[in-house]
Amino acid sequence: MKSGAPVSNGTEPMRAGPIGPPPGAPRARVVAGLNLVAALVIVGLMLLPLYWAVVTSLKTLQQSYAIPSSLVPPTPTFAAYSEVLHTQGGALATSLVIAVGATLLSLLIAVPAAFALASFRFRITGIVTLVLLVTQTIPGIVLGISFFKIFADVHLLNSYPGLIIADSTYCVPFDILVIRAFMIGLPHELIEAARVDGASNLGALLRVVVPLSRPAILAAALFSFLFAWGDFLFALTLTTSDAVVPMSLSIYKYLGEYTSQWPDLMAAAIFAAIPSGILLVLVQRGIRGGIATAGLKG
Amino acid sequence: MPAIVYVCLLFAYPIVYNVLLSLRQSSVIGLLNNSAGFVGLSNYHTAITNPVLPTVVENTALFVVGSIVFQFGIGFLLALFFSQRFPLSGLLRSLILVPWLLPGVVTGLVLRLMFDPTSGMVNQILSDVGLIHTPIEWLTNTHLALLTVVLANIWIGIPFNMLLLHGGLQDIPKELYEAARVDGAGRARTFWSVTVPVMRPVIAVVLVLGFIYTLKAFDIVIILTGGGPVNSTQLLSTWAYTLSFGNLDFGQGAAIGTIMMLISLVCALAYVRSYRGELRR
Repeated sequence: MKSGAPVSNGTEPMRAGPIGPPPGAPRARVVAGLNLVAALVIVGLMLLPLYWAVVTSLKTLQQSYAIPSSLVPPTPTFAAYSEVLHTQGGALATSLVIAVGATLLSLLIAVPAAFALASFRFRITGIVTLVLLVTQTIPGIVLGISFFKIFADVHLLNSYPGLIIADSTYCVPFDILVIRAFMIGLPHELIEAARVDGASNLGALLRVVVPLSRPAILAAALFSFLFAWGDFLFALTLTTSDAVVPMSLSIYKYLGEYTSQWPDLMAAAIFAAIPSGILLVLVQRGIRGGIATAGLKG
Repeated sequence: MPAIVYVCLLFAYPIVYNVLLSLRQSSVIGLLNNSAGFVGLSNYHTAITNPVLPTVVENTALFVVGSIVFQFGIGFLLALFFSQRFPLSGLLRSLILVPWLLPGVVTGLVLRLMFDPTSGMVNQILSDVGLIHTPIEWLTNTHLALLTVVLANIWIGIPFNMLLLHGGLQDIPKELYEAARVDGAGRARTFWSVTVPVMRPVIAVVLVLGFIYTLKAFDIVIILTGGGPVNSTQLLSTWAYTLSFGNLDFGQGAAIGTIMMLISLVCALAYVRSYRGELRR
């Protein structure tokens, strides 16, 4: 496919050859088939490390060391998974609480802000949007260092609220931009109608705009959850004791203590990857359909 | 508006705090007494004359350039490939996004296993095809560790580049390709004369974001190597962490952080300016 030949449109004469495909639709089908094979190879290569992670998680410790290592688990065992549930279960629960908290806090701030930015044409609207984009350029470690010193003064280190607040910084700018982009597309008459019916701005937001924006809010919530769930930097910098240890930090500490316990480490990694898997499935079918239908209904 | 308060409290205040921190005396005792006095730019001076700095700057430059060139190049090729019609292309395209959706700790762990000398798949494959006879110490050899970290980061970054570039390719009007074909342009010619010029704004966004995100990269390096061995994979971001939380020298860490912010900001503003310039044309 890298030759300089023009794309076949079915009308140009085909070169005859011993295995040359016949003109028209069958040739297109062959090309599509070859593309499919190539795509499967590409995806296979990209996902090879993840395959190896799953295989290793199903091995015993001894099998994971064996040379040559087998490409499939010789005697698949879930021992590592039950072991990890035992040792990392608490950390997974901690991460769940923090991620839910950060998601709710972010939406609480982002939804009204997105509404204001979408419906009122302040002069500062453009500036605020630019500022939100600029926040993306701030290195996490800068926030980590500053939060550490600030939180030490206000006693937020080693606490759930501290990590929830810190993690929400990943989400709020993203949420505002995503939800605002959706709200701008909402028909203005609906909001006007609500106002005519005597609703306040808050009433219009809660009763009309939020239900209509559900797909965008849901998408923002899912990504916020994922950002907070995956946080490692704040967990590392804003905890100094074992009081609150989220999943990522717990796995990192485990890695430090038992460097080569690969089956356990991979089982832990797979537990930590569950939300990403769920999100992928939802993105694949739900969200896009949801946005499309909501758009039609609007 | 609560959001403005939020942005001020959680973005603006930390940035100002960080800059102030970088101007204060940074010794542990001073900070404990909370009596650290302002010392002007002395933290910057200490950081810049630190014998480790040249290594860190060189590592960061190699890491950023190496990551972006290959993430972008491979991402663009994949975006072009997945713009063709064939069965299951949508499903397979979203499967490629998996490495990007995973938490940093997970990708870090998985790649650390891949490059493990004994349990890793990379050495296994290389010895199976007869390229190596003794295991390679990918992450503990000072000459190889940076290359390994870059390879790992390329793997993580490909999906993001592909996603944005693929979106851009979908927005190119089909008529442009029709016109190019009528004019007798070949595939290569069409790519350079139609695809690239039309895609220029998207390409610029992808490269600028790629630069900013690669400069910020932290999780993957800390988990793969922790900046070692002997600082051979120490980047500005991990060095700021090590100085602050390893050496408890928060002043110097904050100074490095401020320098990183300035680099990112200059890059972002240069982008915004060129973007405005393009609009005016």
